[in-house]
Amino acid sequence: MSVILLLLLPLIATGLVCIPFNKYWAPGVTVVSSVAILGLAARIALVASAGNSVTAALKLGALKWIAVDGLSALILLLMAFVGTTAAIFSVGYMAHDSLPPSRLRLYYANYNLFIFSMLAVPVMAEPTLVWIVVELTTLCSALLVSFENTREALEAAWKYVVLSLMGAGMALFGFLILFAAMQAAGGGTYTWDGLVRAAPRMPPALLQMAFLLILIGLGTKAGLVPMHTWLPDAHSQAPSPVCALLSGVETTVILYVILRLFPIMKGAPSTHAETWALVFGLVSVGVAAFLLLQVTDYKRMFAYSTVEHMGIILTAIGLGASAANFGAMQQIVAHSITKSFCFFAAGAALLAVGTREIAAVRGLIRRSPAAGAALVLGALGITGAPPLAIFLSEFSILKAGLTQRHYLATGLLALFIIIAFFGVMLHINRMVFGAAGQGESEAASVAKFHLPFSCNLALILAAVPVVLLGVYIPKPLNDLLAQAAAALTK
Amino acid sequence: MSSATQQLLDNLNALCAGLFLLTAFGMVATRQARGVLNLFIAQSLLLAASACLLGLRYHSEHLYSVAIVNVISKPFIVPWLLRKTSPAEVYTRREIDQALNIPTALLIALALTILSYFLALPLLNAVGPEFRGPNVPIGIAGLLLGAFTITVRREAVPLLIGLLAMENGAFLTGIAISRDLPLLVELAIATDGLVIVFIMGVLTRAVQKQIGTTAVGELASLKEGAAAPTRQEAAK
Repeated sequence: MSVILLLLLPLIATGLVCIPFNKYWAPGVTVVSSVAILGLAARIALVASAGNSVTAALKLGALKWIAVDGLSALILLLMAFVGTTAAIFSVGYMAHDSLPPSRLRLYYANYNLFIFSMLAVPVMAEPTLVWIVVELTTLCSALLVSFENTREALEAAWKYVVLSLMGAGMALFGFLILFAAMQAAGGGTYTWDGLVRAAPRMPPALLQMAFLLILIGLGTKAGLVPMHTWLPDAHSQAPSPVCALLSGVETTVILYVILRLFPIMKGAPSTHAETWALVFGLVSVGVAAFLLLQVTDYKRMFAYSTVEHMGIILTAIGLGASAANFGAMQQIVAHSITKSFCFFAAGAALLAVGTREIAAVRGLIRRSPAAGAALVLGALGITGAPPLAIFLSEFSILKAGLTQRHYLATGLLALFIIIAFFGVMLHINRMVFGAAGQGESEAASVAKFHLPFSCNLALILAAVPVVLLGVYIPKPLNDLLAQAAAALTK
Repeated sequence: MSSATQQLLDNLNALCAGLFLLTAFGMVATRQARGVLNLFIAQSLLLAASACLLGLRYHSEHLYSVAIVNVISKPFIVPWLLRKTSPAEVYTRREIDQALNIPTALLIALALTILSYFLALPLLNAVGPEFRGPNVPIGIAGLLLGAFTITVRREAVPLLIGLLAMENGAFLTGIAISRDLPLLVELAIATDGLVIVFIMGVLTRAVQKQIGTTAVGELASLKEGAAAPTRQEAAK
């Protein structure tokens, strides 16, 4: 029952926000529904962390394909958390623009629809239904990316939609081949579990083709190199709370679908799934790390960092050990919460200084201490500085890589992470602490800018897990991570 | 079913698949948006015909429903939605600037078709003998040609139709190799196609408002080193 409610809530919220009461109605409904979703997701996660899988109570139509296990529950929980903090941040951020009320209602309606589409991805167990909902996530976020209606935003949205849908077309083909492979293996239910069970009997050529098609097709949406070209544009042109959702959750959800393939491919060693994962992962991390060095726009910088982290997660899966899988799960959690926090910080900075250019921002700490501090914390967090969340997860991935004797891969991974660290910290340091250049007057940068209350609240709420998970992982979360890793090692 | 009937059905299916390929080539070459839309409608009808023929051949009622869904959604609802969402003069647009001239584009399309025959070989070898037939290679060709259409066309509506054509190609293969896909999935994919048209229509209208034309190939300013626009705080 809770899963059906989880899916219904954002739909109800979408309907409710369209009613024009007053200017607090739409944001209020969104925040309340997000908190309720968080509660439901936490309950589902508690059940799943004990090893049970949650299904829908009502089994008609598409609902009979709902099954939430440890991995799905983890993704749901992350999505609910980031959705809540992004909703809270939206309240202040969108109100700052003095938009006409109908535009604001459109934003919140679209926001809730987007949350619905993302929530539906981990709960579905039938791969073609998962594909349909993945397409829905692209479509529901397209209008959010183009929300600012500038030429650049429209270009970003167009590129995003076209490339994502192209990739999804390839992935559809892959899923149809997977279905055919299932038939060739003697039939059975076409769900993730059924596929894992039937994998040893499936013709390897079909599995290989399906795997590559889905990896490249959905990898386009997940931001893997060389299909990532839309990501820096879309994730920087969207309004900042939407960027947090896109970078923190959307790419993770797509990567989740790709990860579901790996236990299936274990039944057919000739597909070399893990080698492909290593190659794509390392290339993504490397290219992103180098591209990070020359960005001129700080939101694009964080977007490249998303590409890098998707690569790190895929590399961890490619290392192939159960310890590396646990590290990958940790990295997924750490990345989602830290990246969303980074985009909130970037949004706060944008509110304070009005420009996305790195070169135009100096001494942010003087103009808006909250935004400056948040940017520094976010940058340290996302590049893996201790004692924050990502440091722990990257450390466990590197450790697992060394114990597996993948010295070259681990060495390259460490090198690229260090390059990215320098790139990001160089830019952020100049932005936050730099002295004002000749073109800027001291007077302008001294006038303090106060962020809206809800933005501050969202920043604090989002910062708590970033700091906490760097030193201590609560036992329920640890159990959930273990269940999720076990779902991959089947 | 006598073998003569089976032979007839197989030949008709091959005819449909061949015409399907022709429409895919047409979409690469036709310059006017309305022409591309008409070719897409023809392609969808051919897909439905192939589904019917395969359904008759292999006694699969499920494929009839695929055919019906295709006949209703693509020739009727897609153009209606496009008319509702994207600006009216889009259909009379001709592409003036072309990324690739037509002869070169057609040659590349030919190369892609030959490539798809090679790509289809391992797939055909892995599935049973009853799946032999033109559906698989031509479906892959449809997929690749749809992707090619997207990369060379710079007008919004042909681009969108290229996307839908990719799905048509995937489906042409799908009806041959994965026949028992649940009906729910077919319906959902059809609905999904309609949502794609809707959203992209809305985006096209927004692009038209912003830059005055639907030539989305002109939107190419976002790259590294380009100056990011300053966001005026009280502007919007």
